[in-house]
Amino acid sequence: MQSIFVYPEYEVERNESRCTMCRICERECSNGVHRFNASTGKIDCDDTRCANCHRCVEMCPVRALKIVKSGHTFRTNANWTAQAVTEIFKQASTGGVLLSSMGNPEEQPVYFDRILINASQVTNPSIDPLREPMETRVFLGPKPSRIERDKNGKLINNLKPQLKAEMPILFSAMSYGSVSYKVHEALAKAAGALGIYYNTGEGGLHEDFYKYGDHTIVQVASGRFGVHPDYLNSAAAIEIKMGQGAKPGIGGHLPGTKIVDDVSRTRMIPEGSDAISPAPHHDIYSIEDLRQLIDSLKEATDYKKPVIVKVAAVHNIAAIAGGIARSGADIISIDGYRGGTGAAPTRIRNNVGIPIELALASVDRRLREEGVRDRVSLIAAGSIRNSADIVKAIALGADACSIGTAALIALGCHLCRSCQTGSCNWGIATQKPELVKRLDAEEGARRLINLLTAWNHEIKEMMGGMGINSIESLKGNRLMLRGIGLNAKELEILGIGHAGE
Amino acid sequence: MEKIDATGMHFKELNSLVRRSGHKEVTILNCIGQRYIGTALKTGSITVEGTPGNALGAYLDGGHILVKGNCQDAVGDTMNDGEIIVHGNAGDALGYAMRGGKIFVRGNSGYRTGVHMKEYKDKKPVIIVGGTSGSFLGEYLAGGVIVVLNLNGETLCTGKFTGTGMHGGKIFLRTENGSILPDLPPQASVRESTEEDMAEIRTDLERYLSVFRIEREKLFSGRFWTVTPNAKNPYTRLYTAD
Amino acid sequence: MKKEGEIRIPSGCAISGIFSKSDRKIGGEDIIRSIAVMHDRSNGLGGGFAGYGIYPQYKDFYAFHVFYENRDAKKECEAILESLYDIINLSKIPVRKIPEITDEPLIWRYFVTPLPSKLADSQLDEREFVVRSVFRVNITVRGAYIFSSGKNMGVFKGVGFPEDIGRFYRLEEYEADCFTAHGRYPTNTPGWWGGAHPFALLDYSVVHNGEISSYDANRRAIEVHGYKCTLQTDTEVITYIFDYLNRRIGLSFREIASVIAAPFWQTIEKMEPEERQIHEYLRNAFESQLITGPFSILVGFEGGLMALNDRLKLRSMVVGEKEDRVYIASEESAIRVIEPAPDRVWSPKGGEPVIFEKKADKEENHAVDFRLSRI
Repeated sequence: MQSIFVYPEYEVERNESRCTMCRICERECSNGVHRFNASTGKIDCDDTRCANCHRCVEMCPVRALKIVKSGHTFRTNANWTAQAVTEIFKQASTGGVLLSSMGNPEEQPVYFDRILINASQVTNPSIDPLREPMETRVFLGPKPSRIERDKNGKLINNLKPQLKAEMPILFSAMSYGSVSYKVHEALAKAAGALGIYYNTGEGGLHEDFYKYGDHTIVQVASGRFGVHPDYLNSAAAIEIKMGQGAKPGIGGHLPGTKIVDDVSRTRMIPEGSDAISPAPHHDIYSIEDLRQLIDSLKEATDYKKPVIVKVAAVHNIAAIAGGIARSGADIISIDGYRGGTGAAPTRIRNNVGIPIELALASVDRRLREEGVRDRVSLIAAGSIRNSADIVKAIALGADACSIGTAALIALGCHLCRSCQTGSCNWGIATQKPELVKRLDAEEGARRLINLLTAWNHEIKEMMGGMGINSIESLKGNRLMLRGIGLNAKELEILGIGHAGE
Repeated sequence: MEKIDATGMHFKELNSLVRRSGHKEVTILNCIGQRYIGTALKTGSITVEGTPGNALGAYLDGGHILVKGNCQDAVGDTMNDGEIIVHGNAGDALGYAMRGGKIFVRGNSGYRTGVHMKEYKDKKPVIIVGGTSGSFLGEYLAGGVIVVLNLNGETLCTGKFTGTGMHGGKIFLRTENGSILPDLPPQASVRESTEEDMAEIRTDLERYLSVFRIEREKLFSGRFWTVTPNAKNPYTRLYTAD
Repeated sequence: MKKEGEIRIPSGCAISGIFSKSDRKIGGEDIIRSIAVMHDRSNGLGGGFAGYGIYPQYKDFYAFHVFYENRDAKKECEAILESLYDIINLSKIPVRKIPEITDEPLIWRYFVTPLPSKLADSQLDEREFVVRSVFRVNITVRGAYIFSSGKNMGVFKGVGFPEDIGRFYRLEEYEADCFTAHGRYPTNTPGWWGGAHPFALLDYSVVHNGEISSYDANRRAIEVHGYKCTLQTDTEVITYIFDYLNRRIGLSFREIASVIAAPFWQTIEKMEPEERQIHEYLRNAFESQLITGPFSILVGFEGGLMALNDRLKLRSMVVGEKEDRVYIASEESAIRVIEPAPDRVWSPKGGEPVIFEKKADKEENHAVDFRLSRI
């Protein structure tokens, strides 16, 4: 079928007076944008191939390159946007389902940006985190509903297994296969150094990374890739993936082209074979079946590991979370509709699910109303972009947050949203050895440590401003939040007042 | 041989007793619905008298489980190695996401038998069902072997949607007299089993016959069919980059 | 204007308490003089007292002190009380009309005991039965508010300076084993008398100085356990935390101190293993009950008095001891005015509870406390 040519959205602008013809751009671009033309002695640019990932821009030693919006337009139409039109062109040409990567980029309200944080003035003092103790350590797991004492009256530790994190931030699940070995290595090292956790995602645990087990959460998804007793027992916690914010209600599909070598070994499936994760777990068709999977995982690990259930934020998430809390889960991880992904059908990513802010607020409230909030910890995820988002999420009721996209950006991701091609120039969302080697895991780990150390300090600054010096006292403390530009219904769902109220 | 009377026991208590027995030879008597028996068992054997609960032998990793009666759902869920022998019927999602080991069922199995079973290198899971299986047999099958023997000569040896989403492994179906083959999805095709196909399952069939004391003639009086996937990447043309 | 409970009003305060370790009773005049010295720490918008051991003739009955805004509220409340309790005695609480105190509500007192059949039907422990009926009245009966519900104790409070409230309630006519007092400095007018302190539930009463920053975290956490914070004040939520952790969970007062004013992790990590384990456990298991921000509190309970500062010691508190008497106040002057020559005057450290008990009454509890204090 003939495809319709649409002039590309971005084009490469080369400053010829600076360019020295070193051809680094040609070597660096895996998409084949830059090509040396021997007959003209110049470098040709095929803008149609450009993902706008900035690899060439950053690697150009003489700063001769930049990527600009091409300015090519359709006739202005607020309804039939250029995007709407080009997507129809693509589908009419191929008959394919539109596939995108990373989180939903659409202009829909970001509630975090419409929430403001409080600070102390006069009636109680703010606290200076540089000079006074300021604690962000969190324990994730159920709290006991009663105490027990031995015959001498001494308290018995009756806590179920917990995750201890030195800050309320974890790395989100990203599978080996969707991201590279180096990404996992950087995440694992950073998690260890920071006293937090990274998450294997559903692609199994590479044999090299068992040594980071104390800082690893292993995932059990519907495809059960790489799941076996040793995998389960190697980790600090086990996460059952029921859903993902970017694509609630659908499964996963890692194409066979990415199932190479180590990925195949780690997933324990043959090279080149598609890795298909069914939409549901086929042993979970109902809430009582979830209890069955939770209990079987606990039996398999002798009740030594907390079990996390990860769900996408959907319309009735509050009721679902109530059911999960009553099913023996120790931690519930909720992934909002802006969460990232290595690949998801565009229509699903942009239209299914709800924002994490609203989901979190209603889950926390419902669990409290039902008296089961203490039975589970809540992890919020789905586009946590900075430390203020974390402070807001915790005040809304989260015990901790997970970051995926932010961590990848720290590793060099430029959010070109082309992960599904498998040709990531930054060595992140690719399995091509020549691209993977571009990512330095040591340097990556350092950047992750830098990022989270900075965020943790910012969290402390904001806590100090509120007069809070232990993060426990921020959890669910919605009085510390006010909405701005939100309507009464939105405020009611968030359980906060409006600014000035 | 240690005997545990499961009467009135909660699964936690029962499984903890089984674990503490050192995983050698345990017989569970009067089992009635206790779940997760033999979870992640690496060595030793468990014999179950009565009706075990769901997720029997989940994550089984080398141990042996023998059930004298019927089983419920999710037997051998995410099993890695070992053997489960069921003298009666098995429920739904038998051997879900199983990666290694063998499950032999003398009777029938439920819906979604062997759903998302997969193989890797020397790990090649095998399920043999003596009677018939329910619909969605071998859904998403990515590796391993499922055999449905239809020893009672039913007209249909499986339900609907056999092999849907199949992209690896093989399904063997046996017919006799007037029994007919199921319709297959576009991802799979069927042929009469070749010598080569049969060689692949011969050892397992021999073991099956001896375990359940079935005569060879009975088995080979029927015809065998092999269902295979058309591609290991069935969905490559589904997507277009946005 | 909204009344307190509909809005949250931050407040500063003065607190004072006197405890008798012996049978020698304390006169009401003493506590009025003590709190009066700290007049400038209040602004005339709230004052109150709690007295323990003041109703010896009715010591086996719950003493309910109730504010009514009107007669309908009284009728409605009494109908509920009569359906659940045997009312042994009821009367207006005696007051003295003084020009400084105006607009008082109707103030009544009931000595009650649960009807045995109702108690049995409820399948509740007696004290839980009382707590639930107090909440029932306070939440459902408009214009009625039970502000004191313990045995052999009572709260006396209102809008005004504490010394005026004391004279209004004729406090000098009472004799107690323990008195606490509160002078309030709210940033806004509370609009009604329920907002004054002490705040009490059963025999737990709390006076508190400071605005805590963990309020909403604490409130939302305690409401999970069936409490309803109708006043939106720190003191109210602290009282419920004490009731929950002591009566319902069974923690000792010293253990409660390790929960609500938990040591920093860096402090816990330096402790001996056994002590460390206990603190780690308490802090993790009851994390939502950690109180941060400035507070100094006096918690009265049956047979005892506990004082506690926040762990950074952001509010002042002084303890004086003289023979069988213990004095605790926001300022030393409030002690010296009634006991010019104490044997000992000292300031407790942040986060370290000071607990005084009448030993004979509380053998068991004290034994647990002693062991914990030793490790």
